[in-house]
Amino acid sequence: MRYMLLIHQNEAELAKAAPEAWQAPAADYAAFTEALVKAGGSPGERLQPTSAATSVRIRDGKTDVLDGPYSDTKEQFAGYFTIDVPDLDQAIAWAARCPSAKFGVIEVRPIRVQTGAKA
Amino acid sequence: MPDNPDARLLTVARRRQTDVARRRYTRTAGEVHIQLMAEELEDAATNPEAIPDRRLALMFACAHPAIEAGMRAPMILQTILGLTAMDIAAAFLIPPATMGQRLVRTKTRIKDAGIPFAIPEREDLPGRLDAVLEAIYAAYAKGWTEIGDTAADRLADEAIWLGRLVVSLLPEEPEAKGMLALMLYAEARRPARRDTKGLYVPLEQQDIALWDEPQVMAAEALLRAANRGSPTGRYQIEAAIQSAHIARRVTGRANWPTIIALYDVLLQLTDSPVVILNRAAALAERDGPEAALTSLDTIAADKRMADYQPYWAARSHFAARAGHKDEAHKALTTAIGLSTDEAVRQYLSGQRAALNDG
Repeated sequence: MRYMLLIHQNEAELAKAAPEAWQAPAADYAAFTEALVKAGGSPGERLQPTSAATSVRIRDGKTDVLDGPYSDTKEQFAGYFTIDVPDLDQAIAWAARCPSAKFGVIEVRPIRVQTGAKA
Repeated sequence: MPDNPDARLLTVARRRQTDVARRRYTRTAGEVHIQLMAEELEDAATNPEAIPDRRLALMFACAHPAIEAGMRAPMILQTILGLTAMDIAAAFLIPPATMGQRLVRTKTRIKDAGIPFAIPEREDLPGRLDAVLEAIYAAYAKGWTEIGDTAADRLADEAIWLGRLVVSLLPEEPEAKGMLALMLYAEARRPARRDTKGLYVPLEQQDIALWDEPQVMAAEALLRAANRGSPTGRYQIEAAIQSAHIARRVTGRANWPTIIALYDVLLQLTDSPVVILNRAAALAERDGPEAALTSLDTIAADKRMADYQPYWAARSHFAARAGHKDEAHKALTTAIGLSTDEAVRQYLSGQRAALNDG
């Protein structure tokens, strides 16, 4: 099964951390990404903070544009990666390996299989 | 026990499983999963070596941490033992319609989230084992309450069989042994629970000679083995309570102070109104009926007690002993109205008649 692992973390807290506090996580992330790719996963992408986000919706034919993320939460969606593994336990193991799991939350979501192309 | 209990149990489970599947799988897409689990069981049947592991693996899938905690045991009861949503709802004090919807949602989730059918790694085992034990014990409790019903007796047998299976596959787990001991203590007293006319006999009035001695000894041995391991969990404590109850075999009197002390430990672990209720019965023996009634007052406002038959039966019992006739009469009437077992209903009606005469 393919899973997307969605990384959520507290931007405000992380912004307060000193730059040198980032050295260890950055090295961890490099090692994690290498292992992930070796296992056939995709390193995904990291997003700009929600201060750069814009939310768009169409209501009654009118396009409504708002600054900021879709929802105001304590932790913000920060990036994702995908992995193809046999079951949830192995997806959970990858979530636990992700360095962001130590300070944020990783949501594990199965990727929907296209109809007609059963896994 | 037959030579090949695995195959026997599997046949029973599969038959129930197929019935359940036949009844419901056309209703919603989520029910497809029942079919999938039925196939798992079918596979296991054609490969006898793998049967115990396979059934246990299915149970652990239902007990996965990615499943809402309150739904793990109900899932096991439905998929492994084929209980209906209504039976399960009664065991967990939840409305049947709600339980039905939750079971369907959980099945869909097992499939969609990709929860594996596997015995977890050693380090993940303790947390997952709790739900497995809870389900087995709930199945036993169901088979225990409905004494006259042969299907229910069989459910109790299956629960004990599953308990033995877990103990044999996970010999290092003291709580598994504690739970099996607890079931065997209860099972040992089964022949003493009805008199020759089929009427209900409360524990303290049971004829000791009717208790099944080999089962008692097996339970005591299991409890001792469990206590050698650690940590001590709720099943070991509940089994120890049973052991203190049946001390009457030797000393002529149940060990009430020990029973109350064990309930106090249990309360710290579970905080359940049912534990308070059972503890109150022991309090009545040690400190008198007024103490028991005062204790019951602390759970009187709990909504789950409103239609919980044992609560009203206990309440009436203590009130009668304390001489509060009106309260005893009212509580007895409620208890009779909530009883599903004919023998219990007759026993309580007898109590009410005695109250009016006395």
